[in-house]
Amino acid sequence: MTAPATDAPLAHAGPEDPLVDARGVVKSFGSTQVLQGIDLAVQPGQVVCLLGPSGSGKSTFLRCVNHLERIDGGRLLVNGHDVGYEKRRGKLYELSERRIARRRADIGMVFQRFNLFPHRTALENVMEGPVVVRRRARTEAADRGRELLDRVGLADKASSYPSQLSGGQQQRVAIARALAMDPRLLLFDEPTSALDPELVGEVLDVMRDLAADGMTMLVVTHEVGFAREVADVAAFMADGVIVESGDPRQVLGDPRHERTQSFLARVL
Amino acid sequence: MPTTVAPHEPATTPTDAQLPVVPLRHWGRFTVGALVLAVSVWFLLAVGRNPNLDWPTVGEYLFAPLTFRGLFVTVWLTFAGMVMGIVGGTVVAVMRLSSNPVLRVVAGVYIWAFRGTPILIQIIFWGFLGAFIPTISVTVPFTDVVLFSAPTSQLVPATVAALLALGLNEVAYAAEIVRAGIQSIDKGQTEAAKSLGLTPAQTLRRVVLPQAMRVIVPPMGNETLTMLKTTALVSVIAGQDLMSNLQAVYAQNFKVIPLLIVASIWFLVLTTLLTVPQRWLEQRFGRGVDPGATRRPLSRALMPRRTR
Ligand SMILES: Nc1ncnc2c1ncn2[C@@H]1O[C@H](COP(=O)(O)OP(=O)(O)O)[C@@H](O)[C@H]1O
Ligand SMILES: [Mg+2]
Repeated sequence: MTAPATDAPLAHAGPEDPLVDARGVVKSFGSTQVLQGIDLAVQPGQVVCLLGPSGSGKSTFLRCVNHLERIDGGRLLVNGHDVGYEKRRGKLYELSERRIARRRADIGMVFQRFNLFPHRTALENVMEGPVVVRRRARTEAADRGRELLDRVGLADKASSYPSQLSGGQQQRVAIARALAMDPRLLLFDEPTSALDPELVGEVLDVMRDLAADGMTMLVVTHEVGFAREVADVAAFMADGVIVESGDPRQVLGDPRHERTQSFLARVL
Repeated sequence: MPTTVAPHEPATTPTDAQLPVVPLRHWGRFTVGALVLAVSVWFLLAVGRNPNLDWPTVGEYLFAPLTFRGLFVTVWLTFAGMVMGIVGGTVVAVMRLSSNPVLRVVAGVYIWAFRGTPILIQIIFWGFLGAFIPTISVTVPFTDVVLFSAPTSQLVPATVAALLALGLNEVAYAAEIVRAGIQSIDKGQTEAAKSLGLTPAQTLRRVVLPQAMRVIVPPMGNETLTMLKTTALVSVIAGQDLMSNLQAVYAQNFKVIPLLIVASIWFLVLTTLLTVPQRWLEQRFGRGVDPGATRRPLSRALMPRRTR
């Protein structure tokens, strides 16, 4: 697949264009450069797994992709748009928070610590986006919400509050909540790291189903087995750069880079 | 009984169900209870038989029309002052947390000024506004055309001045309570809301504030009690409230203590009544967090709290 030239005009990502196209993405917090030039592409329908030691900048990169952070250098196109900017007449104009919010609506995110809304039931959590952002009718959103809860195996938990659910159940509600927005891209930030070992499987099963359905996913994970089985591309990140990426069997089975080798030796 | 000491002989345990149980006697409670009873009887006798307390006068004014008129103003001032405080306080709190530096500074200065000066001075200030701004007029800018003009004392009568003083002061305190509430919410909540595409305003209204209410309601309850009692201070500008009206009476008949007892009785009644809505709000916003606290009707709040 050939990537488009850097300054090709991209109003919206077409069916063949990458959903994430990062070129030399740089992000600093104060004087520390956390991302030191990230190059990564996620094509429609692909599952890309991002692995790497803690503190290497994986979450920061995901947050940039979801417009939660502005980048300080390079270019980051998500769904055909410059993150946080609008390109007009050869200039990048900073976007207002309201415009950024609209762009986020097409990208779903699942967090390590679930971040369900504790004052709302499982179903209300799932309905929130469609009702508030997409202005769907409540009954329609509720029907769709029940369908999605059913899809993640929680049809009977619709009226439970998050505090009444196990970690694995909460994370599955969070996935349903993200799916309710019909996202073009789903981001996962270590979705199983906060779970008890026996609950990891149920969440990975849901993610496996999504991948089989053709959902485009960018997944930060330490689950090497999952990455090897499900990912189309595995990328290994260390100290703010992508050290190597490619076929997961190669990157995770026979890594070329010494950082990848030592990381895998530790997690496996 | 064995003749030798058997260290492993099992002691009498509560599982020996057949044995009679002697409950622990709480001697301390009996002693303190008796003391309190004695002091109370002495106090009631002293108070009841003191001719200066003049209970007939207390009875005469407890349900007097003048008392009820004052009571109405006091309740109205408390309610309107709290509404002003909560609405304004939320606005000032959001300004204080805004990314806009001008708004942040304006909110900071407001809180600094209104929390830093005595409420009594603020009340007198609003009450005597007419003394240094005799007329309030609206003119077309840069011309002499007067659209509207009226004497300040007419536009701002004592009760309005009282409301302004109490409300604007409350805004500053409520702002700090709301700010603390907003800041108590985990950042992950904001991020989850944002990632669904909610705008900052929607995030605040639908996700952050409803959760912050759990932290906001208890101190706001305190604020309401304080507000209720602070209305007594507006008597310095003849605010027509309960205290003002009773003060006007004792200025004439010098029966200070009986009339203060009337005021105290009514304040106690009102503060007691206020605990009901507060308990209901606490349960309402504990939803999903306090175990078992889901949707409860107001009637549940009226019943005594269950012990867990
Ligand atoms: N908001 C922030 N302010 C300052 N430093 C941050 C912030 N967020 C992350 N960092 C720093 O950036 C580095 C990368 O963090 P992160 O992206 O969370 O790594 P990872 O997800 O790979 O563990 C860490 O050193 C972290 O301390
Ligand atoms: Mg992380």
